[in-house]
Amino acid sequence: MVTPEEARALAAAVPDPELPVLTLGDLGIVREVRQDPGGALEVVITPTYSGCPAMDAIRDDIRKALPGARVVTVLSPPWSTDWITDEGRRKLREHGLSPPRRTDGPVALTLGVRCPRCGSPRTRLVSRYGSTACKAMYACRECLEPFDHFKEI
Amino acid sequence: MNPLEIGDDCLVLAQRLAEWVTRAPTLEEDVALANLSLDLLGQARALLSRAGNEDELAYLRGPAQFRNCLLTEQPNGDFARTIVRHLLYAGFLYEMYRAHPEDEVAAKGVKEIAYHRDYAALWTRRLGLGTEESHRRMTAALEALWPFTGELFAADPGLREPWSAFVETTLAESGLAVPGEAPQRDGGRRGEHTPHLGELLAEMQALHREHAGATW
Repeated sequence: MVTPEEARALAAAVPDPELPVLTLGDLGIVREVRQDPGGALEVVITPTYSGCPAMDAIRDDIRKALPGARVVTVLSPPWSTDWITDEGRRKLREHGLSPPRRTDGPVALTLGVRCPRCGSPRTRLVSRYGSTACKAMYACRECLEPFDHFKEI
Repeated sequence: MNPLEIGDDCLVLAQRLAEWVTRAPTLEEDVALANLSLDLLGQARALLSRAGNEDELAYLRGPAQFRNCLLTEQPNGDFARTIVRHLLYAGFLYEMYRAHPEDEVAAKGVKEIAYHRDYAALWTRRLGLGTEESHRRMTAALEALWPFTGELFAADPGLREPWSAFVETTLAESGLAVPGEAPQRDGGRRGEHTPHLGELLAEMQALHREHAGATW
């Protein structure tokens, strides 16, 4: 029988189905793991976007990692990219994806999106919407590489 | 906020936007319109689940039972028409969600719809200030859709003022005129729809009617 702490670690280690370089823990979408009075485990998760099509796959993957666990989805408080961990941001950058800027607190207007490949701040927005709801398309003016940016929400 | 009315708005507009998939002017816009559709579908599912069973509400009702506003069921037309419809509707939905921070769908949705508003405003400027033809098509779209805007504020007239401020500023920045007073059309919230909704539902519900209870 796993303890809620062990269960939390197992749920947090499940890879995200669309961005397998990140875990659910890195993304900050596992809100809570608790045990009901009967001893059954309950994993509380929250979607990144209302229409995120990966939610069914995420629920299945958690149930595979924790057989018998119940997965509950909550909307409140709404998920924010600020919940992506520093480790998650590092992995995104390594994977060629520009991590979201912090939204809690003042954001200097001069801080643009940096190219994850060459680090140049000289980038341009190609489209606010990318291959998944959470990403925008950018291109670097310096190294000319197109890249995805995890957009702030 | 009425979950059936706003849920139906989101569902019907999501279906309309999805009709663009593989048909948009460029690949980036194809992807963007699909993203807008997906956000609205997610919000529709949450709201309709609150109003009842989401599948039954989506697949087993006829047009007279839908409570969406007439604006959301209007056909896509050209790209200008789709952009104007989205500017007018996302502008409204943003104010509706912002007025209900205690509602969890609204609190989450407002962040998504803020991007929708930006997207529509950006294209409104680009097309309004673009070529003579893009300007002409935007003007035609505004005139065609303006009569459907009055209905948006029937339940909550207080939303009109911030909506008007956003729409008028965007149009002014885009070199487009705000349409004058026009006879208004309503009825969507009472189930009196334009024939376009029946056509949309026929396609959306075809699979479920053919194979009741089918799942992926």
